[in-house]
Amino acid sequence: MPDTAVSGPATTGAPSATQDVKELTYGGAVNAALRRCLEEIPETLLYGEDIAKPGGVFGVTRGLRRDFGDRVFDTPISESAILGSAVGAAMLGRRPIVEIMWVDFSLVAFDQVVNQLVNVRYVSRGELVAPVTIRTQQGSAPGACAQHSQSLEALFLHVPGLRVCMPWTAQDAYDLLVAAVHSDDPVLVIENRTLYPAGTGPVRLGGPVQQPGGLRVRREGTDATVVTWGAMTARVLEAAATLAGEGISVEVLETPWLNPFPTDEVAASARRTGALAVVHEANTTGGFGAEVVARVAGEGVALRVPPLRVGLPDTRVPAAPSLAAGLVPGPDAIAATIREWLG
Amino acid sequence: MTATDAAPGSATAGTSLTDLRMVWRMRAFEEKVRELRLAGDAVGSIHLGIGQEGVATGASGLAGPQDAVFATYRGHSWAISCGVPVEALFGEILGRDTGINGGRGGSAHLTAPAYRFFGENSIVGAGAPIACGAALAGRHDGSDRVALTVFGDGAMNQGAVHEAMNFASAFSLPVVFLCENNSWSELTPIDEMVRDPELFRRAAAYGMPGERIDGNDPQEVRERLGDAFEVAREGGGPTLVEAMTQRLVGHYIGDADQYRRPGERERDAEREPVALLTRRLRESGVSDDEIAAAESDARAEMEAAAAAALAAPLADPATAKEHLYA
Ligand SMILES: Cc1ncc(C[n+]2csc(CCOP(=O)(O)OP(=O)(O)O)c2C)c(N)n1
Repeated sequence: MPDTAVSGPATTGAPSATQDVKELTYGGAVNAALRRCLEEIPETLLYGEDIAKPGGVFGVTRGLRRDFGDRVFDTPISESAILGSAVGAAMLGRRPIVEIMWVDFSLVAFDQVVNQLVNVRYVSRGELVAPVTIRTQQGSAPGACAQHSQSLEALFLHVPGLRVCMPWTAQDAYDLLVAAVHSDDPVLVIENRTLYPAGTGPVRLGGPVQQPGGLRVRREGTDATVVTWGAMTARVLEAAATLAGEGISVEVLETPWLNPFPTDEVAASARRTGALAVVHEANTTGGFGAEVVARVAGEGVALRVPPLRVGLPDTRVPAAPSLAAGLVPGPDAIAATIREWLG
Repeated sequence: MTATDAAPGSATAGTSLTDLRMVWRMRAFEEKVRELRLAGDAVGSIHLGIGQEGVATGASGLAGPQDAVFATYRGHSWAISCGVPVEALFGEILGRDTGINGGRGGSAHLTAPAYRFFGENSIVGAGAPIACGAALAGRHDGSDRVALTVFGDGAMNQGAVHEAMNFASAFSLPVVFLCENNSWSELTPIDEMVRDPELFRRAAAYGMPGERIDGNDPQEVRERLGDAFEVAREGGGPTLVEAMTQRLVGHYIGDADQYRRPGERERDAEREPVALLTRRLRESGVSDDEIAAAESDARAEMEAAAAAALAAPLADPATAKEHLYA
């Protein structure tokens, strides 16, 4: 992993003095964002299982222990202590960035998020704050067992007070993480392990710190609006390209921030195209897609066809690739579903 | 044990040979799995226990039909120890219809209750409280069930394991807590993550017996773990056994395994169970042919089982949604 130089004095909260473009993978972009935050915010701490000396099980945090010393450290396999200590350290002025290796493991420490982290500011009426960034990753990959395959963003989106984002591009992996660490709210950043080694490309480093929120119009279209996020975006874009060849024009909106969610912009697009679909890897029932559909309906947008939700069917995820292939929606299945839906 | 205890033809030599044969079955199974993974026939994250087989070998035969064994993702050898047919294990790891879970479990979530193997678990420490429940059920179903829960050194720092140890102690449940201490938790050494690396001593805080044993010596495992089973079965409550062992391979297939300490590999090579048992058998005069046959017989068995598993059809996608609800 290339070590990324962000020059300039470390000034809390201010954008780095220089901008720089580097060829980085998604994982490299995460590393660069962490490096920048450790440099410019002296209050940051970075910790989690295997993240310091070994550099992370995916190599994403390599070199940070070497360069930032004991602000970067490995922990026992104790997720409650990781998340709980982050809450306490944040109350007392630190800005912890903690890693939960797989989103599935956050469940053994859910209390520290749902009952603790998000009540700090609210109950103290802002006298205390808990600017904690939780980095994790999720999603299915061939052969992964049912306890390492889930997409759980909806569980966290049900928790008021917690910002949630799911970057897909390397640039967003960088920008969203920098925004998360600078935010005075707790933020959950859900990455995707299949993306870490993915396609090296130019990443702008050191730009101004962005505010949470916004959306990315990945493809313009006129026949339907398709909202998606995370690694699913690539599959939706592939499906949209196929459909374009058949004369079906799909607008693809990627919403890397799910809280705050750009309801107005999504509703405006749906109003224009008259059709709304949401595609995510999470289970369909209770998935955030249902919330998106409800919000657009609540805006009074008149749709030409009933709204469509595409997600994992409501089942567990099997390990065998032949079984999983029929469940996790791929580009062909997404294209087929949209084709049929638009009739 | 000394060399004189194990004279040629003695019962000890016979046991050691039986143990070596079991160790080789486990190792040959996993070496075949690694070959299949590297060839792409198996996919995903696979955790091998190569080097740790002494523990599961010593434990084999201790659990009766009413007992329940709970393992982790590093559990292939535990499934074999419980007697799960190896062809069905290969089938599962290869995603075949004939797999022990028809492809739903895979390498890291194998489950075979018909063989008292209540399964692997890919959430660190999660098996310990579940084992308490198996023991609790035994108190109400008239069986004298003992539940064995196996986990690593790193799992000793998981809240669920602490809760389970207190729960079992408070209610004197027949649970045997078996910590396989291979000194590494993924890429992090256990002695940097605890103040006292003698993990068995934690047992005292829960008011249960705890001891550290040589996990490389199946005979020692059999005796000491057997005692813990007996205490549990007779109403004496839980025991914590810390079996010292080593994994000779990476945390998962693909781990570059570059974090070992100076001298560690040499030390491990000397004390791992194949080396230990082979040495002992030679000292007691068992022929090289018999020792070599333990390996070659195991390899032949695993080659045949893997070939049969590979020949079976892939798990049928049409069944993927079955078995979610009653
Ligand atoms: C709750 C939870 N946290 C983290 C992980 C990721 N993880 C899988 S194995 C492992 C190391 C476990 O070490 P140890 O308990 O010593 O067992 P070993 O792998 O050495 O057999 C970790 C951290 C997990 N699966 N579950």
